[in-house]
Amino acid sequence: MEVKDEKKSPYPVLTQIECKACGRCIISCPKGCLEMSKEINQRGYHYVVYTGTGCTGCANCFYSCPEPNAIEVHIPKKD
Amino acid sequence: MAEKIIGRLSGLYKEFPRKGGTAPTATHYCPGCGHGILHKLIGEAMGDLEIADRTIVISPVGCSVFAYYYFNCGNIQVAHGRAPAVATGISRAEDNAVVISYQGDGDLASIGLNETLQAANRGEKLAVFFVNNTIYGMTGGQMAPTTLIGEKTTTCPTGRDPRFSGYPIHMCELINNLKAPVFIERVAISDIKNIRKARRAVRKALEIQRDGKGYAFVEVLSNCPTNLKQDSQESIDFINNVMTKEFPLGNLRDNSEEAESFKRSVSDFSIDSINGLYDLKNDSSPDAINDPEFGDVQVKVAGFGGQGVLSMGLILARAACKDSRHVSWYPSYGPEQRGGTSNCSVMISGELVGSPVVHSPDVLIAMNRPSLEKFADDVEPGGVIIYDSVASDFKFKQGVKAVAVPARQLAAKGGSERAANTVMLGVLKTLGCTKLSDEVFYQAIADNFAAKPKLIDLNHKILDQAAKWTKENIK
Amino acid sequence: MATQLIKGNHAVIVGALYAGCDCYFGYPITPASEILQEASQLFPKVGRKFVQAESEEAAVNMAYGAASTGHRVLTASSGLGISLKQECISYMAGSQLPCVIVDIMRAGPGLGNIGPEQGDYNQVVKGGGHGNYKCIVLAPNSVQEMCDFTLRAFDLAFEYRGPVYVLADAVLGQMVEPIRFPEKAVEPKIDTSWAVNATAETKENLITSIVLDFQILEDFNYELQEKYALIEKNEVDYEEYKIEDADIVLVSYGISSRICRTTVDQTRKQGIKVGLFRPISLYPFPNDRLKELAGKNGCQFVSVEMSNGQMLEDIKLAIQCSKQVHLVNRLGGNLITMDQIISKIKELAD
Repeated sequence: MEVKDEKKSPYPVLTQIECKACGRCIISCPKGCLEMSKEINQRGYHYVVYTGTGCTGCANCFYSCPEPNAIEVHIPKKD
Repeated sequence: MAEKIIGRLSGLYKEFPRKGGTAPTATHYCPGCGHGILHKLIGEAMGDLEIADRTIVISPVGCSVFAYYYFNCGNIQVAHGRAPAVATGISRAEDNAVVISYQGDGDLASIGLNETLQAANRGEKLAVFFVNNTIYGMTGGQMAPTTLIGEKTTTCPTGRDPRFSGYPIHMCELINNLKAPVFIERVAISDIKNIRKARRAVRKALEIQRDGKGYAFVEVLSNCPTNLKQDSQESIDFINNVMTKEFPLGNLRDNSEEAESFKRSVSDFSIDSINGLYDLKNDSSPDAINDPEFGDVQVKVAGFGGQGVLSMGLILARAACKDSRHVSWYPSYGPEQRGGTSNCSVMISGELVGSPVVHSPDVLIAMNRPSLEKFADDVEPGGVIIYDSVASDFKFKQGVKAVAVPARQLAAKGGSERAANTVMLGVLKTLGCTKLSDEVFYQAIADNFAAKPKLIDLNHKILDQAAKWTKENIK
Repeated sequence: MATQLIKGNHAVIVGALYAGCDCYFGYPITPASEILQEASQLFPKVGRKFVQAESEEAAVNMAYGAASTGHRVLTASSGLGISLKQECISYMAGSQLPCVIVDIMRAGPGLGNIGPEQGDYNQVVKGGGHGNYKCIVLAPNSVQEMCDFTLRAFDLAFEYRGPVYVLADAVLGQMVEPIRFPEKAVEPKIDTSWAVNATAETKENLITSIVLDFQILEDFNYELQEKYALIEKNEVDYEEYKIEDADIVLVSYGISSRICRTTVDQTRKQGIKVGLFRPISLYPFPNDRLKELAGKNGCQFVSVEMSNGQMLEDIKLAIQCSKQVHLVNRLGGNLITMDQIISKIKELAD
């Protein structure tokens, strides 16, 4: 699991093993901050990774992903 | 640090043990398939609206046959196309249930089209999510009712030709011809903009169910990356640029504000209520007594439909019942009783009745000539034929007693020409050929007309007059 | 205790109401329509649910839905309609759903006519739809039994979790006889161990008949066969009339058995020892007792049925073809007559 712990900024949590490499999240990301890895996961698919910057927490990736357990979007609450 | 997390949907299971296999947390759907997205939208709404505990999702036949792997609520899997009928049964039996029917294009618009339209027309409390991807997925890419003109499938390999296969079926528009549906919308699982519109429609359909307001139909244009051989971008383009030309997106109806919640009745299983339906307190006959010495009396009553042939037989059966005899009544039925000849058999016996059908009557009551022609020769030697005197020139076989009765005149004199059957009953009673007591005939008439007390007096009077006539005219 | 004159088709609804049946789903068909009509009149008066479905398939699938929620459900039809319902009845067997189905048989094949016949025997008694399943089948021969067997069918459907038939014919449906009303009414409770009735408690239950894994489906099939073995052990029912010294045994069910009963009395007056064996449960068929009867010297069997020897085959199997089984039948909507049976008896007695 790749977690980008950038304080106060939203970030996606992409579960590598659940990704089937359809790329729908990459298409829907308005900031272009998701990309397909060159590696494959244990089930044999390439998987999407977060480039590390740019996430606005819009959750487009979550809603366009067909897998229930592949993507979460974390949005830190501002105090 | 506190976080808001988008992505943990209580309406879907975290793991899918019903699926089994080596990937217990992944769906069985192909990469990029729209089913998973729609599952998430439904699962999210079920959780947010707090209805999952009382929701039942119906899994259809097709790729989503295994929808029950995923939805964290009640699940029922059904036969191909029958989901809306099953949904009707669930909804009627469990009024509090939120019922979701999730169906593909073959299931909903082909084999199950009747169930689909009829459930919509009844306005069942039901949310239907109709996934239209123009093709049969599970069975290997055959032509669907929604396949586009010119689109190639494994069963229209040169493209759908309307001269042989007709045109794509527009389900939203069909359903929009019906009065009952509360909500009808066509959405698309394509780009994120359309997915978000779909999310709102799904939520609206389920709010209508939460509030028990009636029928909601959401058609979801989706993809089949495998059978249509499209990657995600090609899928999105196909839906947005090609499918929507044939199936325009948008809301066709939203009556959710005006529609009122409705409740169905609560079942009453108490014995008092059921006994009340049959008025058992007031309407009960004595049980039959075994009396072999009584033998049996076989009666045939015949006439044309409308002469009260069947009801006369029933009154006779009631009389026998009141007399503690074993009895059965059996009618001619079906087309015969509509305008043609009509007849019934009444068996009165001191023992259990065998066949209820009278082939060789001891007594024939014939209200018209065709009835004599049909049955007079069947009467047992020594038997009695009571017939309306309009059939005056009929030739009877030897050994039967034939009694001509001016039934209609007597009935008219008594106050109702329609009561000719009661006249015949009076003659039958007075001749004594049924071996029943006089009294039970009066009781039977009273029971028969219990709902119309005026007719009791009238028919009792006619019964008396018929008895008088018989005594004066028949030796 | 109350007795009333009731039509056979209406008596089905009497039985259903006292059995705690909550839902009726049906489609019009002669000669069973009065069941539908009576349900439409009486069910709503006590808050029970009634829907006139758009088709026989829809009616039985509505029953599938309501049965899934654990409620007591009834549907009824005649042979043509039963043919259409078979798909779902197979699903009910596969999903182990209790449901009562009444078949008021008429004459076939095809549209046939509305006269009485017993030609649905095979499609009802042998399973009927696809797959390795059986349904308990009760065959009434009086209006009283139309009521009583419907009531009993509900208990059996829930005890064994499966569809149960009441198999009657047009005569039984249309005739009127006095019945004694039931003295108790069932107040049904939902069995939350398997039903899916829209509650948190039952949401992990699952109603389905799809099993992709060959081994698991085979195991399930064997479980079903164990259930049928239990049914065959516990639920055999029959009636005997003057059978002890009979040289000729008439085997007959439903309306035909009534005609046979009178025939037995008539022929005994002429000194021929005739008896009647009446299967009440057609599945499970009373094999053991028939085999026992076949063991007696000189005893001959006649299958009296309004079908083309459909039951005769089961009699032959039951007695393991140890004797010839003769056939007296009528088809096409005609009732068997006593004369017909008597002439066969005389032929055999000589």
